[in-house]
Amino acid sequence: MLDILSYPFMVNALIVGVLIAVCCALLGVVLVLKRYSMIGDGLSHVGFGALSIAAVLNLSSPIYLSLPVVMLAAFFLLRITENSKINADAAIAVISSSALAIGVFIASINGTNINLQQYMFGSILSVGESDIVISVILSIFVIAMYLLFYNKIFAITFDESFAKATGIRTKLYNTVISLLTAITIVVGMRMLGTLLISAMIIFPALTSMRLCKRFLTVIITSVVVSVFCVVSGLFTSFTFADIPVGATIVIFNLAVFLLFLLVSAIRKLLTRKPKE
Amino acid sequence: MSLLKVSDLSLGYDGRSIIKGVSFSVNEGDYLCIVGENGSGKTTLIKGLLGLMGKYRGTIEYASELSQNHIGYLSQHPRYSRDFPASVREIVMSGFLGSRRFGFGYSKAQRQEAALIMENVGVGELSQKNFGELSGGQQQRVLLARALCATRKLILLDEPTSALDPLATADFYSLIKRLNHQGVTVIMVSHDINAAVRNASHILCLDSDKSFFGTTHEFIHSPLGKKLIVSDCPCDVCSKDETVEVSEDA
Repeated sequence: MLDILSYPFMVNALIVGVLIAVCCALLGVVLVLKRYSMIGDGLSHVGFGALSIAAVLNLSSPIYLSLPVVMLAAFFLLRITENSKINADAAIAVISSSALAIGVFIASINGTNINLQQYMFGSILSVGESDIVISVILSIFVIAMYLLFYNKIFAITFDESFAKATGIRTKLYNTVISLLTAITIVVGMRMLGTLLISAMIIFPALTSMRLCKRFLTVIITSVVVSVFCVVSGLFTSFTFADIPVGATIVIFNLAVFLLFLLVSAIRKLLTRKPKE
Repeated sequence: MSLLKVSDLSLGYDGRSIIKGVSFSVNEGDYLCIVGENGSGKTTLIKGLLGLMGKYRGTIEYASELSQNHIGYLSQHPRYSRDFPASVREIVMSGFLGSRRFGFGYSKAQRQEAALIMENVGVGELSQKNFGELSGGQQQRVLLARALCATRKLILLDEPTSALDPLATADFYSLIKRLNHQGVTVIMVSHDINAAVRNASHILCLDSDKSFFGTTHEFIHSPLGKKLIVSDCPCDVCSKDETVEVSEDA
């Protein structure tokens, strides 16, 4: 089993995978609880469009185009979600499918030099040195933010208008969180693919909320679940070489979610019985 | 000493003014009730005072010693998710945030103060419960406790009794009254005009034509007050003494 560590690309994938898993879990808890889950989905589709354009332009590192484009999109999607006048979920759905369509269109016109399937479903082989650097810096930022500002993140996530009224700079925190989400998605989507990266953001938070009833335990459990699923997914994908790693990771997430759901259902049954 | 001075204020949404040309001032220790019909802009005014929305015209001047993290706030319809994973205590403690900058946890003094506040509001025994499992009225009290944790000089309450039963409402009014006697300035939006004139020192009655601002005594004797209030005036000037209050409380 451990012989996979003798393959440099697997080591790269493990490092980036674990770091991205931590970032996704931490950011995901806030996004899910704030009902911003769709932002992750929208951003990954915008990222796909940007990658296609980068490939047409023959950029050596497509990330130089996709990173700023997705960060800009994050900024706009956040404004859309904050604005109560616009129907945010519909707006995000329209933006994400448009970006996907533009990406597919450009990739198809351009012909052979873009591997559509690799963008859609990801690939371990696409993880490079620059991804390691970015994900190390990113995860330091995300973890430091959660350690230093845990209480404020709690307050903003729970009730933003109260937080704002009592002097917390909610706009700043929201913007930082959505920009960090954008970077996480751009780095993560190369490995997991456009269609599956948003599951990495949503699943761990949703899974841990089945059993945990405190903000802090939800965050910690999400991180553990997320890292476990990425590592297991990578090993499985390596063992059965034909399965894209994005799919195995999401299937592990689904399995853990169902397990947690089952345990919470059993727990409810057990606590109810003595009353009756 | 003036804590807050609003002059000729206009506020609204989408270019449409809801509040036009409202002026009033609040001194330290005042108890101001904002009354008015549905849609007269009471909630809008509270949001404007808190800086949650931009203003079209006029000025809001705060006393220099009043910073935003001295203000407690209880909104009419708090927007939180019902399944939010947090205990009552965590949510109450989050009221202290404005006064703390970094890190996890809270100081011992803050924990003691929060415990006292929870006791006062009647959610002391719920402190380890899940917020999502409480009833609407219990959640309202928890949010009031959080607002009290944030309160140093001024508390803004937007229809705080809407989810409370009559007994809890009476408790609530006496709690706010006590807080006011301790020196906290109160601004409260209320539908209950009789409770408003009984407790408040000043009344702001929002009206699309002409808003009223003055002491409770002035309000009761104004044409608007006479129209809206059914009961007799309980104020000192009219010297109806305690018989009125007794009969009302019974």
